[in-house]
Amino acid sequence: MARLGMVIDTAKCVGCSDCVVACKAENGVPAGFFRDWLTESLRGRFPTPHLELRSERCNHCDDPPCVTCCPTGASHVHPWGGVILVDHDACVGCKACIASCPYNARFLHPEGYADKCTFCIHRVEKGQDPACVSVCPTRCMYFGDLDDPESEVSKLLASRRSHVLLPEAGTGPRVIYLTA
Amino acid sequence: MNEELWTNRNNPGIDPILHVWGWEIPVYLFLGGLVAGLLVLGGYRVMRQAFAPEAATQRAWPFAPMLGIALLSLGMFALFLDLGHKLHAWRMYLTFQVGSPMSWGAWILVLVYPALLAAAVLHPPERVPFGHALLARVKPWSEALQARPRLVLAVGVANMVGGLALGLYTGILLGSLGARPLWNSAILGPLFLTSGLSTAAALMHILSVVSERTGAAGPQGRFADALLAGFFRMLNPQAGGDVMLRADTSFVTLELLLLGLWLIGLGTATAVHKEAAQLVLSGAYAPAFWALVVVTGLVTPLILQAAELSGRIRHTLAPAVLVLVGGFALRWILVSAGQASHF
Repeated sequence: MARLGMVIDTAKCVGCSDCVVACKAENGVPAGFFRDWLTESLRGRFPTPHLELRSERCNHCDDPPCVTCCPTGASHVHPWGGVILVDHDACVGCKACIASCPYNARFLHPEGYADKCTFCIHRVEKGQDPACVSVCPTRCMYFGDLDDPESEVSKLLASRRSHVLLPEAGTGPRVIYLTA
Repeated sequence: MNEELWTNRNNPGIDPILHVWGWEIPVYLFLGGLVAGLLVLGGYRVMRQAFAPEAATQRAWPFAPMLGIALLSLGMFALFLDLGHKLHAWRMYLTFQVGSPMSWGAWILVLVYPALLAAAVLHPPERVPFGHALLARVKPWSEALQARPRLVLAVGVANMVGGLALGLYTGILLGSLGARPLWNSAILGPLFLTSGLSTAAALMHILSVVSERTGAAGPQGRFADALLAGFFRMLNPQAGGDVMLRADTSFVTLELLLLGLWLIGLGTATAVHKEAAQLVLSGAYAPAFWALVVVTGLVTPLILQAAELSGRIRHTLAPAVLVLVGGFALRWILVSAGQASHF
């Protein structure tokens, strides 16, 4: 089974929010809600601190607490690629998955079910990149199989310094950030 | 260092701090804990009866199972109101997710109803304000059950096990959500169970006093005796009208100890856990936590009960009422502060 993941080069991100707009348009995300967003943080230590712009979303964790805590099995791991998805019909809207996510990547859709980034699985199944990756004007986002040593994402990770968000949470995030 | 400066995420219920669970969840957790306490205490009484059928029961107890059914239904209704996808609630019962405490809870809630119903049939009240025809129909069932000690024992065991499961799961449910450091403790299960037992004992004490008019004389005995022997004497039918007061004293003391252990556990863990503990120790939720949970709900009732049991002051229902207030405040503050805690 492939292990799909996203690699984002923070050195190339300019914070234009194209990824946010593309996601909302592609997935019909309701007004006032976001499946992906931008964050700026201060990283490193004096005398070499640096600002980092990041496009963030569900990390599609290797050990997803949202899937474990779901009482109906609505939150599940997609059999191909290990993408974490929500079956809208099976979701009761109990919000346990929202509380269990250390990244606050989920929200309650106005229609009552838990919602979040799907890595645009409907596009990926057709061989396309997620919408956010395909529209990025600086080409700072990459998508592929993290377990395939020949994939672009694996090669980038092998050649550059990188980090994930909240490694201490122990969830094994699959959205990985390249640093300068 | 990784300090977040700004984000343009502004999802309702998530930002600036998580607040997806409102009043419904604390109400459910309080009522669920209360019913868990009623199940355990009532189940123990029924088990005793299986071994000593001649033991008299207090007048308030036949109402306990029906009260449990009513309160649990109220709690489940609050839970239902919290659901985002209400018409899909039945989906909970098409599966059993072994890793999900919420799935365990959904099934436990269904399984405790028959246990409560069996306890209600076993000891129907002698007088009811309405439903006399139903009471007359239940009487033969009740007599048939009481004539079979093994069945009586089974009802008692089912109530106790159901109560323990219900009381523990409410705490484990929050404790399993590792993304919220304030909840991330195995102590929450026993803490919520003990709080459920103390609130149930307080409620039954109030009902016992109201229904048996034992309040005028007041309870007698030494505080230390109540503390040490409370667990063993609380359900002794010969112990008089203060049994639930003694039980409550023990449970409240245990609850204070567990609360202390929970905070010690957080305070000696990682930086995020220490930061989470500060929310209730000195942060935004500290005034409510200290005033409502510790002082009003635990320390004051304990002091008042100690004074009452040693005969220093006249017996009132104030400590029992304060324990109920404190039990509700514990859930309310923990649910709110827990959502505010994060990695």
